[in-house]
Amino acid sequence: MEIDPLIFRLSIFILSIFVGYYVVWSVTPSLHTPLMSVTNAISSVIIVGAIIAGLSGNSDSIFNTSSIFGFMAIALAAINIFGGFLVTQRMLAMYKKKKKDK
Amino acid sequence: MISANLSAIFYLVSGVLFILALRGLSSPETSRQGNLFGILGMIIAVTVTFLSVGNFSSGFIFVLVFILIGGSIGALIAYKIPMTAMPELVAGFHSLVGLAAVFVAISAFLNPEAFNLGQPGNIKLGSLIEMSIGAAVGAITFSGSIIAFLKLQGIMSGSPITFKGQHPLNAIILVSIVILIYLLCSTQSSNLFWILLAVSFLIGFLLIIPIGGADMPVVISMLNSYSGWAAAGIGFTLENTALIITGALVGSSGAILSYIMCKGMNRSFFNVILGGFGATEDTSGSTKKEKRPVKSGNADDAAFLMKNASSVIIVPGYGMAVAQAQHALREMVDTLKKNDIKVSYAIHPVAGRMPGHMNVLLAEANVPYDEVFELEEINNDFANADVAFVIGANDVTNPVAKTDPQSPIYGMPVLDVEKCKSVLFVKRSLSPGYAGIDNDLFYKENTLMLFADAKKMTEDITKNL
Repeated sequence: MEIDPLIFRLSIFILSIFVGYYVVWSVTPSLHTPLMSVTNAISSVIIVGAIIAGLSGNSDSIFNTSSIFGFMAIALAAINIFGGFLVTQRMLAMYKKKKKDK
Repeated sequence: MISANLSAIFYLVSGVLFILALRGLSSPETSRQGNLFGILGMIIAVTVTFLSVGNFSSGFIFVLVFILIGGSIGALIAYKIPMTAMPELVAGFHSLVGLAAVFVAISAFLNPEAFNLGQPGNIKLGSLIEMSIGAAVGAITFSGSIIAFLKLQGIMSGSPITFKGQHPLNAIILVSIVILIYLLCSTQSSNLFWILLAVSFLIGFLLIIPIGGADMPVVISMLNSYSGWAAAGIGFTLENTALIITGALVGSSGAILSYIMCKGMNRSFFNVILGGFGATEDTSGSTKKEKRPVKSGNADDAAFLMKNASSVIIVPGYGMAVAQAQHALREMVDTLKKNDIKVSYAIHPVAGRMPGHMNVLLAEANVPYDEVFELEEINNDFANADVAFVIGANDVTNPVAKTDPQSPIYGMPVLDVEKCKSVLFVKRSLSPGYAGIDNDLFYKENTLMLFADAKKMTEDITKNL
């Protein structure tokens, strides 16, 4: 009997939770705010679903109810992706070490 | 058009890059590189999606247009936002992830053929379960984050909103969500799908209103976690590895942060989530409301104390963020350092309105991160320091947490500020902090209260140094 592909996805999911657990515990507490903004940005990879939805219309009708929701989701996820990565970049650029020459 | 196997491999690559993005945050030096890994992972995921759909019709133009619109809004916000508004921004971003998850789920429900999930009214059972869980969690994330955003922004009062029968009502709604998902999956009725969404929006709203302002670090972390689980739910529906990995990462990240925040307050997660903390009239405090003597001073006295110190520890809190005093503080510290006084910063895990809030503000004011210490690292140093300068913090310095088992904050880890030779406490009045209890530190022999706005006081001290 073949294994349902769902089981493979479930395995990836469970293992990723463990990876996430260990990786996040090693994040230094002073970077917890950037951690939140970057997790925000990467969870917007949900845009891949939105793109599929947006492109689901055919050439006769680009806009149907389903693709309109897709387009809206694309815009929302894009705000998050650009906003999230850029604001993280901006924050991380501020973390500086003590100058040695003092 | 690329094969499904090849695109699955690329999605896996972008999932791995996202793991590396979080791994980079283990130290400030590697963090910037980590962020670039994250961006690269995102570019790969988006490009592969375009290639795998392979439909470069006019719809493609619209996808690009919407990415551009959203992207420019996002970029604009990222450049304009002041660092003090970071908690609101993060809450706002969470709400967008939640809503995007809901929209994708609606799309997939209306047009399952586009996602290979079956026909409308006959969606594969597994996909329908994943989709409805993703949609429900997404909706809760959305409305919950909106409330968190409004509270942090100050549009809505930060005090808890409670009413009779609140908890039974929430419990009934949560149970009905489970029943609705079950019914939806057995009937495939689109009406049930809409009801499920409406009820989920409602519960997100109801869950967050009883939680007070200073508990926001837990709420934001929790919503962060939810946004991850919502993404993972959609990831299962779309059979997309990148989304499943990311969802799991973000979900566990938010859960760990909530745990750290709860531990920082010595309260259980449920105690925080059930809310109402700080709203109840404190019975223990009001019984002994006798006037105790307080020593208060001005900027001159404070400057004198600090000039004669050899080491100073600064304890910042939410009040510093409100007064935007971080730059003035750093100028004061620069002057102290010129006088060969050793200065370090002590940060309590729940200082501010989100995890790491104070660290970001100090970094913004060009404070080197190796002068900033966490509670465990610095707590023993208070006994050897001459002056503790408490600016905008309150409950996290209250010695009652160590001495009075009756106190609501008993057992909470606090900074041992009272062990310093002298304590300077910048505060606008003697009013109690968030927990609604008096701070014993105000009345200690070696405490000097500086009643003023944090920013103004810090500037005045600098002038007097």
